[in-house]
Parts: sequence; C-alpha cells; structure tokens
Amino acid sequence: MILEQILSPSIWRTGLFAFCAIAAAMTLSLPSDSALAASAVSHFKLKNGMEVVVIPDHRAPVVTHMVWYRVGAADEKRGVSGIAHFLEHLMFKGTKKIAPGEFSKIVARNGGEDNAFTGQDATSYFQRVAKDRLPLVMEMEADRMVNLRLLEKDVLTERKVILEERRSRVENDPSNILSEQMTAALYQSHPYGTPILGWEHEMRILDRKAATDFYERYYAPNNAILVVAGDVTANEVKKLAHETYGKLKPRIERVRAARPKEPPHRAPIRINLEDPRAGRATVQRSYLAPSYTSAEPGEAEALDLMVKILASGSTSQIYKRLVVEQKKAASAGGWFSGSGLDSGSLGVYAVASDGVDIADVEEALDKALADFIEKGATQKDLDRARNSYIASHIYGGDNQVRLARRYGWGLVNGRTIADIEGWPARLEKVTLEDIKRVAKKYFDPAQSVTGVLRPVEKKNVDAKKAGHEDRKS
Amino acid sequence: MQSFTTASAAWGRRIACVACLLIAFILTMGSSTTAEAKMNIQEVTSPGGIKAWLVESRQVPLIAMRFAFAGGAVHDADGKEGIAHFVSGMLDEGAGDLKSVDFQERQEELAARMSFEAGRDMFTGNFQTLTRNANEATELLHLALTKPRFDAGAVDRVKKQILTGLKFDQNDPRRVASKEWFKLAFKGHPYARPVKGTMSSVATIKREDLSDFVSKVFTRDTLKVAVVGDIDAKTLGPMLDKVFGDLPTSSKLRTIAEAKPPAGPQRKVIEMNVPQSVAVFGHGGFKRKDKDFVSSYVLNYILGGGGFNSRLTEEVREKRGLAYSVYSYLSPYRHAAIYAGNVATENKSMTRSLEVIEDELERMADKGPSAEELKNAKQYLTGSYPLRFDTSSKIASQLMWIQIEDLGIDYIDTRNSKIEAVTLQDIRRVAKRLLKADGLIVTIVGKHKGVANKPKKG
Repeated sequence: MILEQILSPSIWRTGLFAFCAIAAAMTLSLPSDSALAASAVSHFKLKNGMEVVVIPDHRAPVVTHMVWYRVGAADEKRGVSGIAHFLEHLMFKGTKKIAPGEFSKIVARNGGEDNAFTGQDATSYFQRVAKDRLPLVMEMEADRMVNLRLLEKDVLTERKVILEERRSRVENDPSNILSEQMTAALYQSHPYGTPILGWEHEMRILDRKAATDFYERYYAPNNAILVVAGDVTANEVKKLAHETYGKLKPRIERVRAARPKEPPHRAPIRINLEDPRAGRATVQRSYLAPSYTSAEPGEAEALDLMVKILASGSTSQIYKRLVVEQKKAASAGGWFSGSGLDSGSLGVYAVASDGVDIADVEEALDKALADFIEKGATQKDLDRARNSYIASHIYGGDNQVRLARRYGWGLVNGRTIADIEGWPARLEKVTLEDIKRVAKKYFDPAQSVTGVLRPVEKKNVDAKKAGHEDRKS
Repeated sequence: MQSFTTASAAWGRRIACVACLLIAFILTMGSSTTAEAKMNIQEVTSPGGIKAWLVESRQVPLIAMRFAFAGGAVHDADGKEGIAHFVSGMLDEGAGDLKSVDFQERQEELAARMSFEAGRDMFTGNFQTLTRNANEATELLHLALTKPRFDAGAVDRVKKQILTGLKFDQNDPRRVASKEWFKLAFKGHPYARPVKGTMSSVATIKREDLSDFVSKVFTRDTLKVAVVGDIDAKTLGPMLDKVFGDLPTSSKLRTIAEAKPPAGPQRKVIEMNVPQSVAVFGHGGFKRKDKDFVSSYVLNYILGGGGFNSRLTEEVREKRGLAYSVYSYLSPYRHAAIYAGNVATENKSMTRSLEVIEDELERMADKGPSAEELKNAKQYLTGSYPLRFDTSSKIASQLMWIQIEDLGIDYIDTRNSKIEAVTLQDIRRVAKRLLKADGLIVTIVGKHKGVANKPKKG
C-alpha cells in the first residue's frame, strides 16, 4: 500500500514540518491513548488557578513538559488574523531575564528540545529534557508566561518569517490553497473559517502592539494547563509547580469570549480551483459535524468509528470500491476531525486515476456514500474498527509525548480527565444503528463544501518542462 | 494518512524536514546514554542461527521490531528505477493464501503494524504487535517477507499510486530541487537516480522485477534485527526463525562503485511558477567510518544542523527573516557521502539567502566555531541523547542503525565520550577539510526572474 505518497502534496508538506505532522495527527479522534496511563495520572490546581496534570512514565530518565493556553486562532479579533500564531513565534524573543532568541538555546545547552504550536482553540509550548532539568524549564516557561519583552526590530524580522512560513505551507501548494478556501466556506460565521496562519494581507500588518495586547489578555496562569509526563512523581511536580508557576499572580477575567455561532446552512457549496501545479485532479468534500466537546453523548465516538469503517485506510469501503474495484481513483479516503471546541468536521476525498474524469470520480464517491448511508456497516466492520482504535491506545502508551498531548488537548478543549479516560469504554457502546444514524445525519449535502482541484497543464510551460525532463531521465 | 486534516491542524514554529530527521537519526543513532539511561542489550541467536539485538521492556504490552537488508534503490535494474520502492508498497498487498484485502483486514484485526521503506542502500522494515497477538502477527510478517503474492490487480493499483505520487512530486519544488541535485552530484552513478523512480521507469516495472528484487535482497546474510518490548530471549529465538528462517542464506547484489560529487561551483535553476523558491546546496562529505566523521557531525550541528542553535538559522532566519526553514545535514551513504542543505525563500530573496549561506560556510571554514559554540554543541548532543530512547520503536531503530553501521554493541555507552573528545583544533581542521563555500552544487526551483543565476565565486 502506498497511500502516503498519494495523499498528495499536502500530507508531505505537513510531513516536512515535523511538529505540524504531529498536530495533524492530533486532530484525529482525540482521546485514544489514555488507557495505560489512566490509573496513574494526577490532576490538581494551583492556588492561582493553573491546572496541572502529571503522567508518570519511568522507562527513561526524561520528561516532557508542556504548557497549554486556553486560547487559539479562533479567539483573534477580526482583522488581526494570525496574531495567535505570530505571538507563539514571538514567545521565543525573550524576557527581562532571557535575551532574544536565547530560550531555545538554553534548552539545547541543557540537552533538551523545545517547540510550540498554535491551533484554533489552543496554543502550546513544550520541552523534552532529562528529568533533572525539569526545574529549569519550568522556571523559564513561568517567566515568559508573564514577563515577555518584545523589541520592535525582532517583531518585524519575525513577521517576514511567518510570511515565508505561509508561502511554504500554503502558497507553494495548491491542495492547501484549496483546503484553506474550503474551510473558509465551511464556516460562514464561526472564526474556524479563518486560517490559523492568518490571511496574508492581515499578517503583513501584524505588529508589536497587536501581539502584546493578545499576550496580556490571554497569557496567565489561570488560563493555562501544565502537563508533565515522564520520569517524575506527582509530588515532585507539585513542589516545583508551587515554586515556579505558583508564584505568578492570576490575571483577572482570562476566560475567552464565546465565538459567533454558525447560522443554518441551506445549500451545498462548490469550489473549483484550477492550478497547473495540482498534479492529478482531486475532489474533496467537508461536512459540518459536531466535535467531542459539542456533540450529543456518544455521537462523536460513533462518527470516529463510522469514518474508520467508511473511509480510513485500505480496508475502508470507499477505498475498496473506488480504488480496488472500480479503479476510478488512485487513492480515496476520509476523516473525522472531532477535537475542536465548538465544531468538528467530516470529510471524504478521492484522487482521480490517470485519464478518469474527476466528475466520474465524484459520482462514484457520491454513490458509495449513498449506499453506505442506506446499508450501513456490518458487525465485523464495526468490531475491526473498534479493535483498531483500542490497539492504538496501547501503542500510544509507548509514547509519553503523545500521552501528554492527549491530556493537554482534551483539557484545553473543556474535556475532563474522566472524559478522556472513558473513551474506550464509550467506543464499546457504539452500535451499528448509531453508525447508520450519524452517517445519515451528518452526510447532509446542505452542510457541505465540495472542492475540486484540477491541474491545468497547458497554461504551465514550466510544469511541462519539469515533466519532460523527468521522462528523459 | 489523513491528508486533509491540515486545514484544522496547528502550526508549529519549528521546522525539521523529513530528510533532516532521517539524517539526525542516522547520525545520532548510536548517540550514547547518560549514566542513568543504561539499558541491557542482549545479543540473541535463534536456534536456526538468526541474530538479533533485544532490549526487554515490560511496561507496555507490545513488541517493536526493526530490521534491515543491505540492498536498496541502488540495486534497481537500469531503466527500471523505483523497483525497491515499489516492493516496499507491495508487501502488505497480499501474501501466502491471503489476497490484498484479506491480508490488510487480517492485519487490522490483529492490530499489527508493519511498514517498509526502500532507501538508497538499505531496505528496512518496521513492525509492531501487541504481545497478545504476537504469534499471529509475526506469521503475517513472515508471509509478507517470504511469500508476497504480487497479484496483477495489486501490482497495477500500487503502480498507479506511485505514478500519481510522482506526478504530484513533479510540482513540489522541494522534491524537484532534491532530485535535480542528486542528478548533478552523482552523474552516471546509481545514486543519481531517484529512489521512487521516474514516470517512465516505473511504468515498465513488472511482477517479475519485484520478485527478482525480493529474492536478491531479502536474505539472511545481510539481515539486521532489533527487538524491543514485552518479550524475552527465549521466546524471541523461535519467533526469529519463524519470520526470517525461510529466507535464502545469501544475497546476490551487484557491486556498486564508490562515488564522489564533482567539485563545484555548479548552479542549476529549474523554472517553476511558485511564489517561494527552494534551493538544495551541497558537496561531498565524510563517510561514517571516516576518522573525522564525529567532528564533522559536531561541526554541522553548529553550522546548520542545530535548528535555532545553528549559524544558518541565526543568520538567515533570526537576523534577516529571509526564510522559515534553512538547515544542513551530513548524509553518509555506503558508497558516497555528502554535506548538503536546504533553504526556502520568496523568489526575490534567493540570491541573498544563498550569499548568506556561502558566507557562513566560508567563515566556518576559515575560523571554525568559537569555544563557546563547541561547548554548547557538545552539551546538546550528549545531553539530549536519552531523548532518543524513550519509546520502544525509537530504541529499536537506534539498535538497528548501530548494527547497520557496524558500530558495536557498546556504542551506546561510548558515543558521548567520542563527542566529548572533539577539540576546537579538530573541528577547525575538519571545517577546512569539509566545507567548500566556492565549490557548492546548487539547484534552485522557482521563478527565476530576480534570482541571479550565478554562484558568488568561480
């Protein structure tokens, strides 16, 4: 099976950015890795309101230290899109104690690795270090939570960097341009429609003041969650947390405002993008769906299993039909993204086989969907899908970073430890009727955006040239 | 396999390209351990004579196995480049009595994970199973390696997928830049050929080519195996025999000539209508057994391998905001070695970015790093070592690469002292020996209006 390559430039593009790939994986069913750690996890609050989660894992003398803020791109004011992500970059620019750019260098000098990312609902910073360096990174992270100091020149240089980042991730890759357009269309009012990186024209005018405003509004211990996984005990972390984060004063009223709600969608939306760089014609369709946080009890679990059966991997119905049997698609699949605070999304896609009209592929995809909605899945399908998720727990338990992320991501999105740890048990309750019901309910054309990406060869002399050279070689 | 989740994915500040990770991996593979991270590596020999390195780890009920055969894309038949890669996509497409869908459903029922990768020199496998399913899952792996079906339908499907992937790659400036770089650097040598092949070469690959590759490469004499997890030596022995025991004893690999990239400067621009250009720059490097390899590894960390701690990131990104991503790496292959790097920047900034990079290479060759930089690099490289051993699969990978590179079973305990032993004098000498700012081979993909098509010197 060669799915990875096919899944188009977009997966490789994210593959190019190691942490982003992790983040993408995170948008899959959220709480799956908790089983092993369940009994050992501690959860408590500091007096200033900061939440703390400790996940012991004593196999290697290392720890993963993460701070999650309950703020993301969807909390930006209109017109300053990208500020949450920009601030995340600027958090490495120093404090009174730490010179610009030194943060990561200090971590590295201590044999550690650090990183950060921004999502629609969360912003997170993390370090992986030997366990005896935990006090150091806790002190540094606590320091920049309230003492960030930004120099005008650093802000302007970093703004060029985020514009290059946007060129790498979006402008150089038509499938990501399409995704961005589709997401913007899927959310007519809710800010999830605005890209995390920001719209380019708005990124160009982001400045020190916008970053500082956002920072002062949202970065505070009472809006943060500390997750420490690794070779530590809850008591050790508690003591260190009191000595570092515990000394910070809470800022008043850090709770983010409710976001605008989506109006009812009345009609399907289509987006056609022609781009000579597109490779092969691709069709994808996104549907509005609930997230784990916003769903009726059990629905998100059913959606996860439903999509696994219908569209995930080479054993899925869509793949077997479009790729194996009909041979109309070189690749086909789908996803359920249920980790958002306010909404999730559901989708399917197919990449046309050479010489097959993308309209035919879309028709076949529609037919497969319609049949699935009508007939549903078999018990064997359901058991296999469930089994596969439950196994992914156990595999996930091998990786402390994944465990830490699981808890941080869940808590920051309003889930409880019990929610996170109860996921496998809730999967067990999903029935074939549930699968059929959520498929029918959420594959609703009126709630959908269909995107078609077509390569337009003749307009692009350059792409042809590259192709020609390749054939010669 | 979730291609379209990117829209909702979060964006990291840091970047590390796939190549980087792989390289970092090879180079840090043996990296040592702190005193506290000692692990007990057992050398297991099965009743049938298959050897493996084992680390028992009982906390998680799974077994991770990595294995490698000495034979990769370099052994693809001429005109049929891409065979090794093709094989890597075919092993879970049916084996023994199980046709492709049956095989994959069975694999999913058992929650067994297996994947294969064809490199230039090696063919590697990555396998994980839950302890409770180990018997059935290893039987599937055994079938995949010894009785792949290569059914016509599956061959056609995977071929189509590879061709589609290649079609996408043609429009991906990073891939084009890299492919073109290898063409220039290794003209006339198998390393010049893309691992995934070309549209025309893959089109000609047939079932027999795949079986032929398997029979030549999947053999016991070059096999290296590493196992980590919930299993002891006594249980592992028979399992090794079951999985690998049926393989032929000796391989039939053609001899590959040694290769060396020509001295630059050389610059090739490939026109592509993208807002951001990508460049690959590089020249020859040191092989793993070179006496200066460890010094060059430390040197590269300081120059371009150390992310935010590297001079290239400092000068190109942090000071000037020219790029989101700039880095360099060392790739020691079996028959050649390179020092290379990558930068992506808006078209009009490419000239400037390459100038800055060349200046940094030159400055490093002239003066070497400061004592402070060397100290910092050593602190990171030695101190971060345990981070590479915190999951079963990561440990298994390290153990596999140590075997492939023949570094010795004690390598984990001695690696840090090798890095500590690098002196400022060594590294200055090695910088002069390695870095040739005026001898770079550079490929640039982008819109070249505004990109000066000339190297700075020469």
